[in-house]
Amino acid sequence: MKHLLNPLDLSIKEMDELLNLADDIASDPKKYSHCCTGKKLATLFYEPSTRTRLSFEAAMINLGGSVLGFSSADSSSAAKGESVSDTIRVISCYADICAMRHPKEGAPMVAAGKSRIPVINAGDGGHQHPTQTLTDLMTIRSLRGSLGNLTIGLCGDLKFGRTVHSLIHSLIRYDNVKFVLISPKELRVPDYIREDVLNEHNIEYKEVENLEDVMPDLDILYMTRVQKERFFNEEEYLRMKDFYILDAKKMELAKPDMYVLHPLPRVNEISVEVDDDPRAAYFTQAQNGVYVRMALILKLLDIDTSDL
Amino acid sequence: MLNVGQLNEGFVLDHIEAGKSMQIYDNLGLGKLDCCVAIIKNARSNKMGKKDIIKIEGGLDLVDLDVLGFIDHTITVNIIKDGEIVEKKRLSLPKRITNVIKCKNPRCITSIEQELDHVFILTDEDKQIYRCMYCEEKYSK
Repeated sequence: MKHLLNPLDLSIKEMDELLNLADDIASDPKKYSHCCTGKKLATLFYEPSTRTRLSFEAAMINLGGSVLGFSSADSSSAAKGESVSDTIRVISCYADICAMRHPKEGAPMVAAGKSRIPVINAGDGGHQHPTQTLTDLMTIRSLRGSLGNLTIGLCGDLKFGRTVHSLIHSLIRYDNVKFVLISPKELRVPDYIREDVLNEHNIEYKEVENLEDVMPDLDILYMTRVQKERFFNEEEYLRMKDFYILDAKKMELAKPDMYVLHPLPRVNEISVEVDDDPRAAYFTQAQNGVYVRMALILKLLDIDTSDL
Repeated sequence: MLNVGQLNEGFVLDHIEAGKSMQIYDNLGLGKLDCCVAIIKNARSNKMGKKDIIKIEGGLDLVDLDVLGFIDHTITVNIIKDGEIVEKKRLSLPKRITNVIKCKNPRCITSIEQELDHVFILTDEDKQIYRCMYCEEKYSK
């Protein structure tokens, strides 16, 4: 049985197939509206997340399936001290597939080890968030036509931002992808991303603090939110949260076809005036998140869509 | 050199860095063995100047060579039969170690679920880097 714990669980070929399916769903979602009739998705969310959870639920409902689950650890048996291993064994009896978000890193891997149903990692601490990565890849591919030959700027919290780590891991598999890592010193990418991923694979990258200076070089700008919940110290958070704010003036420095992505939710790092810029792609990205999750559910449940 | 009785059947952990034998004694759980175990500290060595040696009576299955390889893969294991060295075993860094070191990442699932094994995977042999199987936290030797 296949799970999705890390975006690299999918080979490039599998990734292409998945994104092709997601593109086809995007072009005609109704065609897929009965593919999962009678199937159930369990959303096991041990920490709050409106978007990811609703995106999974919308995906399953769009496929004709149904959903069950919980949206915080307090409303689950985890509050009574049940282990992830026990929870997933029980949920395996109730649902056909599950999406798990957990504040602790590696929790979905623990679940996958005991599960009888496919487990999708819907975010584990500051570690991985593979379905956001699939969403990002689908969006970049649809905007630019391919995933190679691009310079991508990653801006904001690159230390705790799991979407950034997953995206870097995935994009290095494509040709001629260059990274510009824009963050304050305190929020730079962790050592292992720099040493074991970028240096190890001879990927061209630079680390800078100033966003304006690099704007003209970028094909994609991936903004991130400084996440309060990742800080143990409130003062540190307050110091970091206003470090970067993308506004119309900064957008003037960018190429006419440089697209802005953001995993959402945003706080203030993208000014609302940017929303009307045709290069603002973050709401399209949110829509793609539903399509790509639909494709993922179909693939993991091994549902044949070739006759549609 | 001080002579601590000759082994008839057993094995000798040789070329242990001087001062490290007690750590190895603890990590390998040698204190729990019923057989004869001898620790020689600060023995003279042409190669190392000073070294520690541990002699253990009995079969090699008494110790976990993966744990030993993780602690120091340059240690030599001499297997003794009828009082003679019949084999010199070279250790290597194990690909995977379980419950030898603990993950220190406070965000790792192992920090709240006590029954989980602490598993580390060798991700870079040259740099001797292990990573937690769950959260990928680095452990450098």
